[in-house]
Amino acid sequence: MRTSLRIFFLGGLTSYRALFHWLTPWILIPTFVVGPIFQLLFFAYVGRAAGVGDDTFYLIGNAVELASIPCLFAMGNTIGNERYTQTLGLLLASPARRLPLFLGRALPVVVNGFAVSFLVLVLGALVLHVSIPVAAWAPLVAVLAVCAFSCTGLGLASAALALRVRETAVLSNIIMGVLIVFCGVNVAVSALPAWMQSVAQVLPLTHGIEAARELVAGASWAAVMPLVRDEALIGVVYGAIGMAMLFFFERESRRHATLELA
Amino acid sequence: MSTLRLVAVGWWLQLKMRSRSSFDGLLSIVYPMFFATTIFFMYRENGDEAALVSAAVGASCMGVWSAVSTTASTTLQGERRQGTLELLVGSPTSFSLVIVPATVSMATIGLWSLVATLLWGRVVFGIPISFDQPLVFVVAALVLAFSLGLVGFLQAVSSVRYRSAWALGSLFEFPVWLICGFLVPLSILPDWVRPISWLLPPTWGVAAVRDAALGGNAWPDIALCLLTGAAYAVIGVVLARRLVDSARVNATLALT
Repeated sequence: MRTSLRIFFLGGLTSYRALFHWLTPWILIPTFVVGPIFQLLFFAYVGRAAGVGDDTFYLIGNAVELASIPCLFAMGNTIGNERYTQTLGLLLASPARRLPLFLGRALPVVVNGFAVSFLVLVLGALVLHVSIPVAAWAPLVAVLAVCAFSCTGLGLASAALALRVRETAVLSNIIMGVLIVFCGVNVAVSALPAWMQSVAQVLPLTHGIEAARELVAGASWAAVMPLVRDEALIGVVYGAIGMAMLFFFERESRRHATLELA
Repeated sequence: MSTLRLVAVGWWLQLKMRSRSSFDGLLSIVYPMFFATTIFFMYRENGDEAALVSAAVGASCMGVWSAVSTTASTTLQGERRQGTLELLVGSPTSFSLVIVPATVSMATIGLWSLVATLLWGRVVFGIPISFDQPLVFVVAALVLAFSLGLVGFLQAVSSVRYRSAWALGSLFEFPVWLICGFLVPLSILPDWVRPISWLLPPTWGVAAVRDAALGGNAWPDIALCLLTGAAYAVIGVVLARRLVDSARVNATLALT
């Protein structure tokens, strides 16, 4: 038990610091601060030009969605980069239990995703002069944390593919695009075609964004609780799928000796 | 004549190399289309068809900049990784004449995205795009791509000493989309932003493409797009010379 906890906390943190590769200020600030703020400003101004939505709508949608940058890319890197550092074989040959080994890598990613979302929410509110009710901040923080968790679940599933394919960054970009279009980030889910609304219901962030918007509009925590619960549940399901994929691809790569060939 | 041949052969070679990766090709077309799709939904909500058509033209140009912004910053890093940077610097040919075709080829790939986005808008969203001046539209799109290639050249040489150059490249993607009138009219941006927009070739290039598509005199904008693009190229040439000389003197060409 103690070993598993060490692998989960220390192993996860060490892997994140060693393999994410984005923790230098030269990457961190442009990617996690400046880029996200400009994404928010872009859509807020497009909304103004198109005459739809208001700044609050775009602030909430983009702040929640931008957690996906670390949640998708960091998860991909912390597993995919094992191959580049030629430690994937060593890692998978070790007797360490897989559950704490891989889930431990997800924990710093959840924290990172939450931090990006929170930062964009605060800076975006200042830049766009959006006023968020004081009472809404505490539940909003909880929603951001749940969204970062659920998106990391999706990131884990996407990262599992790093055991099979090389281009995890391309995959992460495409998944991020899907989230932007489907999850009600800049267009209300109700304005999407029916089939897209159905897809949105099984993606992370959709319920979280809706909950966050309702909170800012004055809803109570109890009122948005079902949405937050669904968001967390979706995260658990994607996380479980990701773990199952990791087990499957690991076993397949051992059987076919394809660990270094992807 | 030999210079033109060098640029043409370099451009074609780079274009072929960049077209080899199906992953990159897919990303350069699909990634901007996610944003275009979002924008089409946003404008469709508004119900103003003229605004939707104008947005479709602007959104189609976004992919050209996407194709340049990130990749241009990593051009020299890529050459360094392949071990060809020293060969390029050591050759008697001007270093700039080797790099410009590479960045222009990136913008050329972005033209696929322009066509794909217009088709996407037409087929999936039923946006009725009819080109008022088809030939001028083609000229404007080519000039836009060429000028963005020249901006990419300046970006490439500026980031030669920057190990994490790709992050710098992605940093510029949204700001340029925002302030160059791709979708947001300059008139609704803060006053202090407009002079910055005027210094950027895409501002004129996108205006030219829009004029050619929707009716209007595109030629002044085409000329300004070329002019500002040329200014970036001149700055890039001077900078390239200084940075390469510095790297040779300090023996840091391969060390950053």
